Amino acid sequence: MTFLFDHFLSVITFLPLVGAVLLLFVPGNDAGSKEMARWIALGVSSVTFLLTLWMWARFDNSNPGFQFVENYEWIGSSIGYRMGVDGISVLFVVLTGLLVPACVLASWSPIQNRVREYMLVFLILETFSIGVFTTLDLAMFYVFFEGSLIPMFLIIGIWGGPRRIQAAYKFFFYSFTGTVLMLLAIMAMYWQAGTLDIQKLLAFRFDPKLQFWLWLGFFASFAVKMPMWPFHRWLPEAHVEAPTAGSVILAAILLKLGGYGFIRFSLAMFPDASALFAPFVFTLSVAAIVFTSLVALVQTDIKKLIAYSSVAHMGFVTMGIFSGNVMGVHGAVFQMISHGIVSGALFLCVGVVYDRMHTRDIAAYGGLVERMPRYAVAFMVFTMANVGLPGTSGFIGEFLTMIGAFQVNTWVVFFAAFGVIFSAAYALFLYRRVIFGALSKDSLKGILDLDAREITVLVPLIILTILFGFYPAPILDATAASVGLVAQNFAKAIGDTAALVAAAN
Amino acid sequence: MTSDISSFASIAPAWPELLLAIGTVVLLLGGVIFSREKSTGIGVLAILLLVATIALMIAQPAQGVLFNGGFIVDGFARYMKFLVLGASAFALILATSTAKPFGLDKFEFSILVLLATLGMLVMVSANDLMSLYIGLELQSLALYVVAALRRDDAKATEAGLKYFVLGALSSGMLLYGASLVYGFTGMTQLDQIVTVVVGEQRSVGLVFGMVFLLAGIAFKISAVPFHMWTPDVYEGAPTPVTAFFAAAPKVAAMAMIIRVVTVSFGPLTHDWQQIVIFLSIASMVLAAFAAIGQSNLKRLLAYSSIGHVGFALVGLSAGTAVGVEGVAVYMAVYIAMTIGMFAAILSLRTSKGYVETIPQLAGLAQRRPFVAAIIAIIMFSFIGMPPLAGFFAKWQVFLAAIDAHLFALAIIGVLASAVSAYYYLRIIKVMYFDEPTEDFLAVPAELTAVMALSGFLLVTYFVTVGSPLYAAAHTAAGSLF
Repeated sequence: MTFLFDHFLSVITFLPLVGAVLLLFVPGNDAGSKEMARWIALGVSSVTFLLTLWMWARFDNSNPGFQFVENYEWIGSSIGYRMGVDGISVLFVVLTGLLVPACVLASWSPIQNRVREYMLVFLILETFSIGVFTTLDLAMFYVFFEGSLIPMFLIIGIWGGPRRIQAAYKFFFYSFTGTVLMLLAIMAMYWQAGTLDIQKLLAFRFDPKLQFWLWLGFFASFAVKMPMWPFHRWLPEAHVEAPTAGSVILAAILLKLGGYGFIRFSLAMFPDASALFAPFVFTLSVAAIVFTSLVALVQTDIKKLIAYSSVAHMGFVTMGIFSGNVMGVHGAVFQMISHGIVSGALFLCVGVVYDRMHTRDIAAYGGLVERMPRYAVAFMVFTMANVGLPGTSGFIGEFLTMIGAFQVNTWVVFFAAFGVIFSAAYALFLYRRVIFGALSKDSLKGILDLDAREITVLVPLIILTILFGFYPAPILDATAASVGLVAQNFAKAIGDTAALVAAAN
Repeated sequence: MTSDISSFASIAPAWPELLLAIGTVVLLLGGVIFSREKSTGIGVLAILLLVATIALMIAQPAQGVLFNGGFIVDGFARYMKFLVLGASAFALILATSTAKPFGLDKFEFSILVLLATLGMLVMVSANDLMSLYIGLELQSLALYVVAALRRDDAKATEAGLKYFVLGALSSGMLLYGASLVYGFTGMTQLDQIVTVVVGEQRSVGLVFGMVFLLAGIAFKISAVPFHMWTPDVYEGAPTPVTAFFAAAPKVAAMAMIIRVVTVSFGPLTHDWQQIVIFLSIASMVLAAFAAIGQSNLKRLLAYSSIGHVGFALVGLSAGTAVGVEGVAVYMAVYIAMTIGMFAAILSLRTSKGYVETIPQLAGLAQRRPFVAAIIAIIMFSFIGMPPLAGFFAKWQVFLAAIDAHLFALAIIGVLASAVSAYYYLRIIKVMYFDEPTEDFLAVPAELTAVMALSGFLLVTYFVTVGSPLYAAAHTAAGSLF
C-alpha cells in the first residue's frame, strides 16, 4: 500500500502499458481471443479509472502546488523521471481514465478486425495521454506529447474510413512539424534554466526577449494540437476518418493537450510574451469561434460538423486562457473538461447510428425519434450541452471564459458571443435533421434503439453533463487553488515588467 | 627514436588489436587448409573471435599512447571500439544463414570482415596521420573486395568497382590534405599538430589541408556532397554486405573525423565548424527529399543513412564536449537501428527471392506481425519519435547545437526530420494499411533474436540503456576535451 501511495501517479500512468504488454500474450485471432483482448482492455482501463478516482479523492484541493510528487534524476543532468499533479492537471487525468473504458466499450462490436492490436494501441495511447498530464519533466512531457502521435496515427490509418491514409498523414505531419519546434524551445529552456524540472522552471524567470521565441516555439505545437484557426485543417479529416473511439479520444483528450500546455507553459513560464501575444491569440480565437461555427452550419457530414464545433469551442478555451485572470483560466479548464465529456459523448452518439447505417451523411437520416426515443434523449442532452444551454456543463465554461475575457477586452467577447448564437443554430439544425422530421427513409424503418452496452456508455456521461451544469463545484474546487496561483503569478509578472518599464521611462 | 615495446605487458592497450590480427591470420590459414567448402564454421569462429576481442577489452581496460605516439587508447577510443566490434559481430551473425543464398558462402567473407574491423580499430585509435591512413586503407581495401565478392554478379561487381574508384579518389584527397597539414605544421602526430596550430597565425595552407582532410573523411561517412557512391553500393552489394557497410565503417570514420577535428584542429573550431555545418545541413536535407522517390528498400536505407550521418554531424557542429557526447550516443543508437533493420530485411524472403522493394512489403503486418512490428518500431525510431531510442539520440545532438547557439542548423534539422518522416511512414503505411500480396518463408532463428534484441533496446531505451549509455558517452567525450 505504501508503494502505491508513494508512486500513485506512476502506477496510474503505466498500468495501461502493463495491460498492453499482457495483450501481447493473447494468442491467435479467433473469436475467443478477440473476446479475451476486449476484456483485458476493459479490465485494465477500468482499474485505471478507479485509481484515478481514488487519486482525485486523495487530492488536496486547498494546495495550489504539485501533489503525489516523485522526482529522480535519470539521463545525465537533463532528463529526469518526475511526476506530480496540481489542480490544473488532476482532472484531465480523471477525464482520460473515464473515457478510455467508454471507448473500449464503444469499440466492442464495431471493431472486428485485428482486435488485439486495436486494444493494444489504445492502452498505449492511454499511457501517453495520462503521462502528458502527470509528468513534471519537460523532456518527458515532450516524450508523452509526441509519443501519442504513434498510436493515434495507427488507429486512424488501420481502422479508419475510406480516406484514412490521407487523414492519418495529415494528422501526423501537422502535429509533428509543430511539435519539433517546441522541442528546440525546450532545449533552449534547458540551457537557460539548467534544468527540465517543471517545478523549478515555473519559478525561473526567463528573459523577456527570449520568452518571445520560446513562446512561438510552444505556440507552433499547441496551436496545431488545440487546434486554433487557421491550423485546424487536419482535424475535420482526422475526425471523419477515425473510428468512433478514435474520434472520442482525439476530441476529448488529445485536443486538451494543447490547452493544458498553453496554461502550464505559455502562460505560466512566459508571462511577458503571453501578454504581448494575447491580442494575437484573441484574434485567432474569435476567428475560430465565428468562422468555424459558420463552416459547421453548412456541413453535410455529422462528424465533420461536430469536429468544426470542437474548433469553435476550443476558441473559447484559448480566449479564456490568454485573458490571464482567474475567471478566464478557470473557465478554460472547466470548458476543456466539459468539452471532453460532451464532444466525446457526441462522437459516441454518431458512432451509434454509424454502426447501424454505415453512413454519416446527415441527409441519410431523419425521424429517428420514432424508432429510437432513448437515443433521441441522449443526443438531445449532448446537443444542448454543446450549444451551452444553462443547466448543462457547456454553459459554465463558456460563461466563465467570456467573463474573464470581458475584463480584458470587451470587443473580443462581443464577437465571441456571436459564436454562441451560431452554435445554437448549427447544433439545433443538426438535431432537427437527424432526429425529427418524418421517418420516410425505408432504410431507417428497421433501426434499433440503444442496446444495453450503449446505454452503459452514455448514461454516466449524461449524468455528468447535467450534474456539472447544476453543480460545477467538484471541478471548480479542485482547480481553484492552482488556477489562482497561475493567475496571480501572471498578474505579478506583468506588473513587474510594467513597473520596470515605467521606472526605465 | 626508442621503441616503447619493452615488454608484452607494456603494450597492453594494443592487445585487442593484436588478438584480432593474430586470430584473423590463424582463421585465414585454417580456412585455406581445412575448410574450403565449410565457410559457416569459419564464420562462427570469426564471431567468436570478435566476442573474445570485446571480452579482452573489458578485461584489460589499459589506456595510453603507444608506438611513438602513433596509437592512442583513451575513453573515446574504447567507446567507439565497442561499437565497431559489436556492429561487426552482429553483421556476421546476420550473414550466418543468409550467406549461402546471397552467394557469400566463402570463408574469405568472414576473414575480410575481420580485416576491415581491424582496420577500423586502428582508425579509431590512430593518433598520427600515418597510422590513420594505414587503418583507413586496411579497412577500405577489405571493404572493396567484400563489395565485389560475388564476382559473377554484374551488379555486385559494379558496386565494388564504384566503391573502389570513388574510395580511392577520397583516399587521395585525404592524403593530399595530410601532406599539406604536414607541410605547414611539420608534424604528423595529431596531438602535436595542435601545438603548432595554437602558436601560429593560421595559414591558408593549413586550412586548405584541413579542408581536404575533411573532404576525404566525408567520403567515408558518406556525407553530402560526397555521398554519390552510397545508394549504388548499398543497392548493388549483397544485403548481408550492405548491413556490414551501413554499420561499423560509419562509426569508425565518424570517430576518426571527431578525433582529427577536436584534437588537432581544436583552435580552428570556427573554421571547420562551417564545413561540418554545411555537410550536416546538406546531408539532412538532401537525404530527406531524395529518399521520397525511392522504391528499393536498400536505396532508401542508403539515403536514410546519409540523413543520419547529417544528424550525427549536428552534434559535431557544436564543437563542444556536449556535441561529441551527442554524436557518440547517436552512433550507438544508429547501430542498433541499422542492424535491426537489416535483420528484418534479411528475414523477408518469398519463394521468388529476398524482398527488395517497398511494395513487396504490402500487408506484412498480417502475414508476419512480428517482423512488421519490428520494422515499424525502427521506422518510428528513425524518425525520432519518442519514447523510442531514436528520439533520445536526436535529443542529445540537438541539445548540443542549441547550446552552441546554432539555431538555424537546429531548425533546418528538425524540419528535415519532419520531411524524412514521410518516407519512413510510407513503409509503415504499406505494411499496416495495405492488403497482403506475398507469402513469406520462415525466418531463421538468429535473425529473430537479433530483431527482438534491437526492438527491445529501442523501445525500452529510456529505462534500460539510456542512462548507462549516456554515462559512457560522457566519459568518452570527456577524454577528448
